[in-house]
Amino acid sequence: MSGSSYSSALTLAAGAVLVSAVATVWLASIRSVIQVVAVQGIALGAVAMILGAHRSDPGLLAAAVVVLVVKGTVIPLLLGRASGGNTGSRESRPLVNVPASLVASAALIMVALVTGRGVGTLVGSTAGALVPMGLATLLIGFFVLVARRRPTFQIVGLLMVDNGIALTAFLCTAGFPFLIELGVSFDILLGVVVLMVFSQRLRIEFGDVDIDELQELHD
Amino acid sequence: MLLLSILIVPLLGGLAVIAGRGRRSTAVGAVATNGASLALGVVAAVQVVRHGPMSAAAGLLRADALSVFMVIVITTIAILASWLGIRTMAHDERAHSGSPARSSLYGVLVQAFVASMLLAVLAANVGVLWVAVEATTIVTAFLVGHRRTRGSLEASWKYIVICSVGIALAFLGTVLVYLAALHAGGHSAHALDWTSLVAHARRFDPSLMRLAFALLVLGYGTKVGLAPMHSWLPDAHSQAPAPVSALMSGVLLTVAFYAILRFKAVIDVTVGPGFARTVLVIVALLSLAVAASLLITQRDYKRMLAYHSIEHMGLIALGAAAGIRLAIAAVLLHILGHGLAKSVLFLTSGEIMAVEGTTEIDGVRALLARRPALGGLFGVGLVALLGLPPFSLFTSELVMIRAEFAVGLGWAAVAAMVAMAVIFIAVVGHARHMLLGPPEVAGDEPSPPRWATAPLIGGLAICGAIGVFAWPLSRLLDAAARVVAS
Repeated sequence: MSGSSYSSALTLAAGAVLVSAVATVWLASIRSVIQVVAVQGIALGAVAMILGAHRSDPGLLAAAVVVLVVKGTVIPLLLGRASGGNTGSRESRPLVNVPASLVASAALIMVALVTGRGVGTLVGSTAGALVPMGLATLLIGFFVLVARRRPTFQIVGLLMVDNGIALTAFLCTAGFPFLIELGVSFDILLGVVVLMVFSQRLRIEFGDVDIDELQELHD
Repeated sequence: MLLLSILIVPLLGGLAVIAGRGRRSTAVGAVATNGASLALGVVAAVQVVRHGPMSAAAGLLRADALSVFMVIVITTIAILASWLGIRTMAHDERAHSGSPARSSLYGVLVQAFVASMLLAVLAANVGVLWVAVEATTIVTAFLVGHRRTRGSLEASWKYIVICSVGIALAFLGTVLVYLAALHAGGHSAHALDWTSLVAHARRFDPSLMRLAFALLVLGYGTKVGLAPMHSWLPDAHSQAPAPVSALMSGVLLTVAFYAILRFKAVIDVTVGPGFARTVLVIVALLSLAVAASLLITQRDYKRMLAYHSIEHMGLIALGAAAGIRLAIAAVLLHILGHGLAKSVLFLTSGEIMAVEGTTEIDGVRALLARRPALGGLFGVGLVALLGLPPFSLFTSELVMIRAEFAVGLGWAAVAAMVAMAVIFIAVVGHARHMLLGPPEVAGDEPSPPRWATAPLIGGLAICGAIGVFAWPLSRLLDAAARVVAS
């Protein structure tokens, strides 16, 4: 892969991760948000793939395959199944409305650009310049987690946080040693499964709820 | 081989639970395997103190004095928790919410929980540590939600969402540490090992390490229950079955703190002890303030114990902030003493809840007169936890305060003592309400049998004994403190 096509491919893939994070901010239907999660997982896998090919690092290529399988395929499928016949349901009353959320995302991207630059220069090269994209994805994930109140959206927010961190990790360090990468992916997969089980139980016990309607426990 | 078997033996206990089905036999199997793990841990401790650190599993596991000390703490409390686990099953059965399948799932998860904590402290590198701590979150989420009541569902949702975010931040911090290590010329395969991090930390980028440490304290601190990331803790600890609360409060919190201690040793080499000290003093004092203010008006005794954990984590963070060897040894002794006292109290509170049918402080009166065994355990446990002699928490708190003054953090120690005084008064007030008073008619629920109270008495006796004679532990504590002291 020549230098310029490598850097444009890497920028494109990392950009896709960030754009899909922004997309979850304005989408309200659960089905389309799950599709966006799949797109983000695939884009993240592509980042690892491109980096791995560029550095001819077999560990990184293997990690890319794990990401593609777990985050691009298995988790979206599980999410789709967990929401079951309910995929048409929508986020009814987000805490922050869509235009305001988009403005907030833009602000978060600016914050990421400012804070990420320092770390980016330490890494250097194309990958270093893209580090702010990972941080922006992370911050937007936090925002989704706080601003949305459906259990499924909270899971998606957490996944965005994870993907943002994974993107930062790939760009900064070309990934952890493969064994650890495998353990991390496995943990995240299990974490999502547990969250889905609990969101089902919440639905059975409380009906179709918003998270802040849970008020059983307080001091 | 020794280290691997410490990890695998508790899992065998889990298998025994599946195979056993009968509750009595499963509990005995779990207690026996946790006991075997403790014995192996003691053997490892003797070897480590005599011959230095050992490693296993192609360098993925490593035990130095600090690791084996944590192994001993974890397995000791695991024995208590699994011993009383059989009572939990019986209570569930009586409440018609239990079934053999649920009971064996519970037993397996508890053993998996113990094994993942052991993996966290035996991990040779920070990546495996992260994987193990995340695994504890996943396993305990199910255990918190075991009762499947509305409250426990809400608690486990909050727990897993907040802790997943926290642990994600810790991952980002780990990534930055890795970046610093690679940038300083570390080889990727071993750059994440504790030994290599400490050895090369002098050449790490200081500003990157400051950012990483702040993220790590925020991330692992969420699991420690340090303020302001503590909001999940009172809910999860009060809703989980008593043995799970005992394990979560008694050891899981301090296992997460172990991670912070290790990273502190790395950053201290890079930028000197000042930065970590500032960060830890801030979270410690915040935690003490939060615990004090919420304990005054507490109406639920399990939540009271939970807030008490936040206080003790604050004290431990303050001790670690001082960072000198004396302080770290006291921190470790405090980890053991708090683990013992707190797990005995949570286990006793499980029994109190089973016979009184409420967790409200107002709902329990004259416990000492009506149920001397339970009331006595609860009272003596609180005496231990409040840091009165002869229990080891008295010794460790005293030493920690001395250490604070020695490093010029006297003002923080004074602030901590003010918070501790407030907490003392508040808790004594609640305890007086629960324990004293004229006996009314006792309920018809039987008191727990002697085999159930015996381990609890034993736990408190050990906590008292190590407060008086430091003997079998002093060499290990000293060696462990040497590992991370600045």
